[in-house]
Amino acid sequence: MSVFPVFRKKNSGEIARNRLKLLLVADKADCSPEVMQMIKDDMIRVVSRYMDIDSDRIEIQMKKLKQPDCEGYSPVLYANIPIRDVPDKGIY
Amino acid sequence: MCEIIVITSGKGGVGKTTTSANVGTGLAILGKKVVLIDTDIGLRNLDVVMGLENRIVYNLVDVVEGNCRMKQALIKDKRYPNLFLLPSAQTRDKTAVTPGQMVKLVDDLRDEFDFIILDCPAGIEQGFQNAIAGADRAIVVTTPEVSAIRDADRIIGLLEAADMGGIELIVNRIRADMVKRGDMMSLDDVMDILAVDIIGAVPDDEDIVISTNQGEPLVGMGTPAGQAYMDICRRIAGENIPIQNPAVREGLFFKLSNLLKRA
Repeated sequence: MSVFPVFRKKNSGEIARNRLKLLLVADKADCSPEVMQMIKDDMIRVVSRYMDIDSDRIEIQMKKLKQPDCEGYSPVLYANIPIRDVPDKGIY
Repeated sequence: MCEIIVITSGKGGVGKTTTSANVGTGLAILGKKVVLIDTDIGLRNLDVVMGLENRIVYNLVDVVEGNCRMKQALIKDKRYPNLFLLPSAQTRDKTAVTPGQMVKLVDDLRDEFDFIILDCPAGIEQGFQNAIAGADRAIVVTTPEVSAIRDADRIIGLLEAADMGGIELIVNRIRADMVKRGDMMSLDDVMDILAVDIIGAVPDDEDIVISTNQGEPLVGMGTPAGQAYMDICRRIAGENIPIQNPAVREGLFFKLSNLLKRA
Protein backbone atom coordinates (compact mmCIF):
# COMPACT_ATOMS: atom_id res chain seq x y z
CA MET A 1 0.00 0.00 0.00
CA SER A 2 2.91 2.30 0.73
CA VAL A 3 3.89 4.95 -1.76
CA PHE A 4 7.53 4.59 -0.87
CA PRO A 5 8.70 1.02 -1.36
CA VAL A 6 11.54 1.70 1.10
CA PHE A 7 9.04 2.05 3.94
CA ARG A 8 7.07 -1.02 2.98
CA LYS A 9 7.25 -2.44 6.51
CA LYS A 10 3.76 -1.91 7.87
CA ASN A 11 3.19 -0.60 11.36
CA SER A 12 1.73 -3.22 13.65
CA GLY A 13 -1.22 -0.96 14.51
CA GLU A 14 -2.30 -1.04 10.89
CA ILE A 15 -1.79 -4.79 10.71
CA ALA A 16 -4.00 -5.18 13.79
CA ARG A 17 -6.69 -2.99 12.27
CA ASN A 18 -6.75 -4.91 9.00
CA ARG A 19 -6.74 -8.31 10.70
CA LEU A 20 -9.56 -7.23 12.97
CA LYS A 21 -11.74 -5.91 10.15
CA LEU A 22 -11.50 -9.20 8.31
CA LEU A 23 -11.95 -11.19 11.49
CA LEU A 24 -15.19 -9.45 12.37
CA VAL A 25 -16.60 -9.98 8.91
CA ALA A 26 -15.66 -13.64 9.05
CA ASP A 27 -17.19 -13.89 12.55
CA LYS A 28 -20.42 -12.40 11.29
CA ALA A 29 -20.52 -14.44 8.10
CA ASP A 30 -19.85 -17.42 10.39
CA CYS A 31 -17.07 -18.70 8.18
CA SER A 32 -14.83 -20.89 10.23
CA PRO A 33 -11.48 -21.91 8.73
CA GLU A 34 -13.04 -25.34 8.12
CA VAL A 35 -15.89 -23.83 6.07
CA MET A 36 -13.40 -21.68 4.14
CA GLN A 37 -11.37 -24.82 3.34
CA MET A 38 -14.53 -26.58 2.13
CA ILE A 39 -15.41 -23.66 -0.14
CA LYS A 40 -11.85 -23.67 -1.45
CA ASP A 41 -11.92 -27.43 -2.17
CA ASP A 42 -15.24 -27.12 -3.97
CA MET A 43 -13.97 -24.22 -6.05
CA ILE A 44 -10.86 -26.15 -7.07
CA ARG A 45 -13.04 -29.07 -8.14
CA VAL A 46 -15.44 -26.97 -10.17
CA VAL A 47 -12.89 -24.72 -11.87
CA SER A 48 -10.52 -27.63 -12.63
CA ARG A 49 -13.18 -29.07 -14.92
CA TYR A 50 -12.66 -26.13 -17.27
CA MET A 51 -9.03 -25.09 -16.86
CA ASP A 52 -5.73 -26.16 -15.46
CA ILE A 53 -5.31 -24.19 -12.24
CA ASP A 54 -2.51 -23.93 -9.74
CA SER A 55 -4.39 -25.30 -6.73
CA ASP A 56 -1.47 -24.72 -4.34
CA ARG A 57 -1.52 -20.99 -4.95
CA ILE A 58 -5.27 -20.42 -4.61
CA GLU A 59 -6.16 -17.71 -2.14
CA ILE A 60 -9.65 -17.27 -0.82
CA GLN A 61 -10.67 -14.90 1.95
CA MET A 62 -13.51 -12.84 3.34
CA LYS A 63 -13.06 -9.14 2.69
CA LYS A 64 -14.90 -5.94 3.36
CA LEU A 65 -15.61 -3.89 0.27
CA LYS A 66 -17.04 -0.42 0.03
CA GLN A 67 -20.32 -0.75 -1.81
CA PRO A 68 -21.21 2.01 -4.28
CA ASP A 69 -24.97 1.53 -3.95
CA CYS A 70 -25.24 1.62 -0.16
CA GLU A 71 -23.43 3.29 2.70
CA GLY A 72 -20.65 1.42 4.45
CA TYR A 73 -19.02 -1.88 3.76
CA SER A 74 -20.27 -5.31 2.93
CA PRO A 75 -18.49 -8.62 3.05
CA VAL A 76 -17.25 -10.19 -0.17
CA LEU A 77 -15.69 -13.54 -0.82
CA TYR A 78 -12.44 -12.87 -2.63
CA ALA A 79 -10.85 -15.66 -4.62
CA ASN A 80 -7.56 -15.55 -6.49
CA ILE A 81 -7.18 -18.61 -8.70
CA PRO A 82 -3.99 -18.69 -10.81
CA ILE A 83 -4.56 -20.35 -14.19
CA ARG A 84 -1.77 -22.52 -15.60
CA ASP A 85 -3.35 -23.34 -18.92
CA VAL A 86 -6.70 -23.46 -20.68
CA PRO A 87 -6.74 -26.76 -22.53
CA ASP A 88 -8.51 -26.95 -25.84
CA LYS A 89 -11.10 -29.61 -25.13
CA GLY A 90 -13.50 -28.39 -27.74
CA ILE A 91 -15.93 -27.12 -25.15
CA TYR A 92 -15.78 -23.47 -26.21
CA MET B 1 -34.59 8.45 38.84
CA CYS B 2 -32.27 5.50 39.20
CA GLU B 3 -30.06 4.27 36.39
CA ILE B 4 -28.73 0.75 36.31
CA ILE B 5 -25.51 0.39 34.34
CA VAL B 6 -23.69 -2.85 33.60
CA ILE B 7 -19.94 -2.69 32.94
CA THR B 8 -19.01 -5.56 30.63
CA SER B 9 -16.39 -6.58 28.05
CA GLY B 10 -16.44 -10.23 27.05
CA LYS B 11 -12.70 -10.62 27.40
CA GLY B 12 -11.16 -10.77 30.85
CA GLY B 13 -8.43 -8.47 32.08
CA VAL B 14 -9.36 -5.37 30.09
CA GLY B 15 -10.34 -3.35 33.16
CA LYS B 16 -14.02 -4.01 33.93
CA THR B 17 -13.53 -4.10 37.69
CA THR B 18 -11.18 -1.12 37.72
CA THR B 19 -13.67 0.79 35.59
CA SER B 20 -16.58 -0.21 37.85
CA ALA B 21 -14.68 0.92 40.96
CA ASN B 22 -13.67 4.25 39.43
CA VAL B 23 -17.04 4.99 37.82
CA GLY B 24 -18.87 4.16 41.06
CA THR B 25 -16.51 6.24 43.17
CA GLY B 26 -16.52 9.13 40.70
CA LEU B 27 -20.32 9.29 40.62
CA ALA B 28 -20.31 9.31 44.44
CA ILE B 29 -17.82 12.20 44.39
CA LEU B 30 -20.27 14.02 42.11
CA GLY B 31 -22.83 13.70 44.89
CA LYS B 32 -24.82 10.77 43.49
CA LYS B 33 -25.96 7.93 45.69
CA VAL B 34 -24.31 4.84 44.23
CA VAL B 35 -24.26 1.11 44.86
CA LEU B 36 -21.63 -1.07 43.21
CA ILE B 37 -22.65 -4.70 42.72
CA ASP B 38 -20.03 -7.37 42.05
CA THR B 39 -21.85 -9.98 39.95
CA ASP B 40 -18.79 -12.17 39.42
CA ILE B 41 -19.90 -15.01 41.71
CA GLY B 42 -16.98 -17.29 42.60
CA LEU B 43 -14.28 -14.80 41.58
CA ARG B 44 -14.86 -11.84 43.86
CA ASN B 45 -12.59 -8.89 43.06
CA LEU B 46 -14.38 -5.56 43.26
CA ASP B 47 -14.10 -5.58 47.07
CA VAL B 48 -10.30 -5.76 46.83
CA VAL B 49 -10.04 -3.01 44.21
CA MET B 50 -12.26 -0.85 46.44
CA GLY B 51 -10.21 -1.71 49.54
CA LEU B 52 -13.29 -3.04 51.35
CA GLU B 53 -12.36 -6.73 51.52
CA ASN B 54 -12.10 -6.80 55.31
CA ARG B 55 -15.61 -5.56 55.86
CA ILE B 56 -17.60 -8.29 54.13
CA VAL B 57 -20.10 -10.16 56.30
CA TYR B 58 -22.87 -11.09 53.87
CA ASN B 59 -22.86 -11.20 50.08
CA LEU B 60 -25.09 -11.08 47.01
CA VAL B 61 -26.00 -14.77 47.19
CA ASP B 62 -26.96 -14.39 50.87
CA VAL B 63 -29.37 -11.61 49.89
CA VAL B 64 -30.86 -13.63 47.02
CA GLU B 65 -31.28 -16.71 49.21
CA GLY B 66 -32.81 -14.70 52.03
CA ASN B 67 -30.03 -15.40 54.57
CA CYS B 68 -29.87 -11.70 55.37
CA ARG B 69 -31.58 -8.43 54.62
CA MET B 70 -30.24 -6.19 51.86
CA LYS B 71 -29.17 -3.55 54.42
CA GLN B 72 -26.96 -6.08 56.19
CA ALA B 73 -25.07 -7.02 53.04
CA LEU B 74 -24.42 -3.48 51.74
CA ILE B 75 -21.00 -2.19 52.78
CA LYS B 76 -20.85 1.55 53.28
CA ASP B 77 -17.62 3.10 52.02
CA LYS B 78 -16.36 5.29 54.85
CA ARG B 79 -14.45 7.58 52.46
CA TYR B 80 -17.57 8.53 50.46
CA PRO B 81 -20.86 8.78 52.35
CA ASN B 82 -23.03 8.01 49.28
CA LEU B 83 -21.12 4.93 48.12
CA PHE B 84 -22.08 1.33 48.86
CA LEU B 85 -20.80 -2.07 47.74
CA LEU B 86 -22.72 -5.32 47.46
CA PRO B 87 -19.94 -7.93 47.33
CA SER B 88 -20.13 -11.20 45.45
CA ALA B 89 -19.86 -14.67 46.99
CA GLN B 90 -16.47 -16.34 46.77
CA THR B 91 -17.42 -19.95 47.56
CA ARG B 92 -20.35 -20.32 45.17
CA ASP B 93 -20.64 -20.35 41.38
CA LYS B 94 -22.62 -18.53 38.69
CA THR B 95 -25.56 -20.95 38.89
CA ALA B 96 -26.34 -19.80 42.46
CA VAL B 97 -28.31 -16.86 41.00
CA THR B 98 -30.75 -16.65 38.07
CA PRO B 99 -31.35 -13.66 35.77
CA GLY B 100 -34.85 -13.32 37.29
CA GLN B 101 -33.39 -13.06 40.81
CA MET B 102 -30.93 -10.39 39.62
CA VAL B 103 -33.77 -8.34 38.13
CA LYS B 104 -35.59 -8.48 41.47
CA LEU B 105 -32.40 -7.64 43.39
CA VAL B 106 -31.71 -4.46 41.43
CA ASP B 107 -35.39 -3.53 41.46
CA ASP B 108 -35.33 -3.61 45.27
CA LEU B 109 -32.43 -1.10 45.21
CA ARG B 110 -33.88 1.17 42.53
CA ASP B 111 -35.78 3.47 44.87
CA GLU B 112 -32.83 4.13 47.15
CA PHE B 113 -30.05 4.94 44.69
CA ASP B 114 -29.25 7.27 41.81
CA PHE B 115 -26.94 4.77 40.14
CA ILE B 116 -26.53 1.01 40.37
CA ILE B 117 -23.26 -0.15 38.78
CA LEU B 118 -23.05 -3.85 37.95
CA ASP B 119 -19.56 -5.29 37.50
CA CYS B 120 -20.01 -8.13 35.00
CA PRO B 121 -17.83 -11.27 34.88
CA ALA B 122 -15.82 -12.12 31.76
CA GLY B 123 -17.41 -14.48 29.26
CA ILE B 124 -20.86 -14.76 27.72
CA GLU B 125 -22.30 -17.50 29.91
CA GLN B 126 -24.75 -17.32 32.79
CA GLY B 127 -22.73 -14.78 34.79
CA PHE B 128 -23.00 -12.35 31.86
CA GLN B 129 -26.70 -13.11 31.40
CA ASN B 130 -27.28 -12.47 35.14
CA ALA B 131 -25.40 -9.17 35.08
CA ILE B 132 -27.18 -7.71 32.05
CA ALA B 133 -30.67 -8.93 33.05
CA GLY B 134 -31.55 -5.99 35.26
CA ALA B 135 -29.54 -3.25 33.51
CA ASP B 136 -30.94 -0.18 31.74
CA ARG B 137 -27.76 0.56 29.83
CA ALA B 138 -24.37 -1.01 29.22
CA ILE B 139 -20.82 0.24 29.10
CA VAL B 140 -18.49 -2.03 27.13
CA VAL B 141 -14.82 -1.84 28.11
CA THR B 142 -12.17 -2.76 25.58
CA THR B 143 -8.46 -2.19 24.96
CA PRO B 144 -6.87 -1.41 21.57
CA GLU B 145 -6.05 -5.08 20.95
CA VAL B 146 -7.41 -7.47 18.33
CA SER B 147 -8.68 -10.03 20.84
CA ALA B 148 -10.39 -7.51 23.15
CA ILE B 149 -12.09 -5.70 20.27
CA ARG B 150 -13.29 -8.93 18.71
CA ASP B 151 -14.87 -9.92 22.03
CA ALA B 152 -16.34 -6.43 22.46
CA ASP B 153 -17.95 -6.74 19.03
CA ARG B 154 -19.53 -10.04 20.06
CA ILE B 155 -20.74 -8.58 23.36
CA ILE B 156 -22.26 -5.58 21.57
CA GLY B 157 -24.15 -8.01 19.31
CA LEU B 158 -25.44 -9.93 22.34
CA LEU B 159 -26.47 -6.71 24.11
CA GLU B 160 -28.33 -5.54 21.01
CA ALA B 161 -30.06 -8.91 20.75
CA ALA B 162 -31.08 -8.53 24.41
CA ASP B 163 -32.59 -5.07 23.65
CA MET B 164 -30.19 -3.21 25.96
CA GLY B 165 -31.29 0.44 26.27
CA GLY B 166 -28.00 2.16 25.51
CA ILE B 167 -24.60 0.73 24.67
CA GLU B 168 -21.49 2.84 25.06
CA LEU B 169 -17.80 2.13 24.77
CA ILE B 170 -14.75 2.81 26.92
CA VAL B 171 -11.40 2.28 25.24
CA ASN B 172 -8.99 1.52 28.06
CA ARG B 173 -5.20 1.42 28.31
CA ILE B 174 -4.37 3.55 25.30
CA ARG B 175 -0.63 4.14 25.03
CA ALA B 176 -0.06 7.47 23.35
CA ASP B 177 3.58 6.73 22.48
CA MET B 178 2.65 3.48 20.71
CA VAL B 179 -0.29 5.01 18.84
CA LYS B 180 1.95 7.85 17.68
CA ARG B 181 4.49 5.50 16.22
CA GLY B 182 1.74 3.42 14.62
CA ASP B 183 2.16 0.34 16.77
CA MET B 184 -1.22 0.52 18.48
CA MET B 185 -4.70 1.06 17.11
CA SER B 186 -5.91 4.59 17.78
CA LEU B 187 -9.18 5.61 19.37
CA ASP B 188 -10.50 6.43 15.89
CA ASP B 189 -9.52 2.99 14.60
CA VAL B 190 -11.43 1.30 17.44
CA MET B 191 -14.47 3.56 16.99
CA ASP B 192 -14.41 2.89 13.26
CA ILE B 193 -14.48 -0.88 13.81
CA LEU B 194 -17.00 -0.97 16.66
CA ALA B 195 -19.87 1.22 15.56
CA VAL B 196 -21.11 2.33 19.00
CA ASP B 197 -21.02 5.62 20.86
CA ILE B 198 -17.90 6.28 22.87
CA ILE B 199 -18.16 7.47 26.46
CA GLY B 200 -14.50 7.55 27.36
CA ALA B 201 -10.89 6.96 26.42
CA VAL B 202 -8.57 6.02 29.27
CA PRO B 203 -4.81 6.26 28.84
CA ASP B 204 -2.56 3.51 30.13
CA ASP B 205 -1.41 4.79 33.50
CA GLU B 206 0.84 3.05 36.00
CA ASP B 207 -0.99 4.84 38.78
CA ILE B 208 -3.85 2.38 38.18
CA VAL B 209 -1.59 -0.42 39.45
CA ILE B 210 -0.59 1.65 42.45
CA SER B 211 -4.20 2.55 43.23
CA THR B 212 -5.27 -1.10 42.95
CA ASN B 213 -2.38 -2.07 45.23
CA GLN B 214 -3.69 0.39 47.78
CA GLY B 215 -7.37 -0.39 47.33
CA GLU B 216 -8.12 3.23 46.60
CA PRO B 217 -9.78 4.20 43.27
CA LEU B 218 -7.88 7.05 41.61
CA VAL B 219 -10.82 8.76 39.92
CA GLY B 220 -10.62 12.52 40.22
CA MET B 221 -6.95 12.53 41.18
CA GLY B 222 -4.49 14.39 39.01
CA THR B 223 -3.23 11.38 37.06
CA PRO B 224 -4.19 10.92 33.39
CA ALA B 225 -6.42 7.88 34.06
CA GLY B 226 -8.00 9.53 37.11
CA GLN B 227 -8.87 12.53 34.97
CA ALA B 228 -10.28 10.36 32.18
CA TYR B 229 -12.46 8.40 34.64
CA MET B 230 -13.81 11.61 36.14
CA ASP B 231 -14.76 12.83 32.66
CA ILE B 232 -16.57 9.52 32.07
CA CYS B 233 -18.51 9.97 35.33
CA ARG B 234 -19.56 13.47 34.34
CA ARG B 235 -20.76 12.18 30.96
CA ILE B 236 -22.72 9.38 32.67
CA ALA B 237 -24.28 12.01 34.93
CA GLY B 238 -25.42 13.86 31.81
CA GLU B 239 -22.77 16.57 31.38
CA ASN B 240 -21.58 17.31 27.88
CA ILE B 241 -17.80 16.91 27.97
CA PRO B 242 -15.82 16.35 24.77
CA ILE B 243 -13.80 13.14 24.55
CA GLN B 244 -10.09 13.72 25.09
CA ASN B 245 -8.19 11.57 22.65
CA PRO B 246 -5.05 10.44 24.52
CA ALA B 247 -3.11 9.99 21.31
CA VAL B 248 -3.40 11.17 17.76
CA ARG B 249 -1.22 9.56 15.16
CA GLU B 250 1.17 12.10 13.74
CA GLY B 251 4.26 12.48 11.65
CA LEU B 252 4.86 13.32 8.02
CA PHE B 253 4.41 9.78 6.80
CA PHE B 254 0.97 9.31 8.36
CA LYS B 255 -0.17 12.72 7.23
CA LEU B 256 0.89 11.86 3.69
CA SER B 257 -0.69 8.43 3.64
CA ASN B 258 -3.89 9.81 5.17
CA LEU B 259 -4.00 12.49 2.50
CA LEU B 260 -3.57 9.87 -0.18
CA LYS B 261 -6.26 7.67 1.36
CA ARG B 262 -8.72 10.52 1.31
CA ALA B 263 -7.93 11.56 -2.24
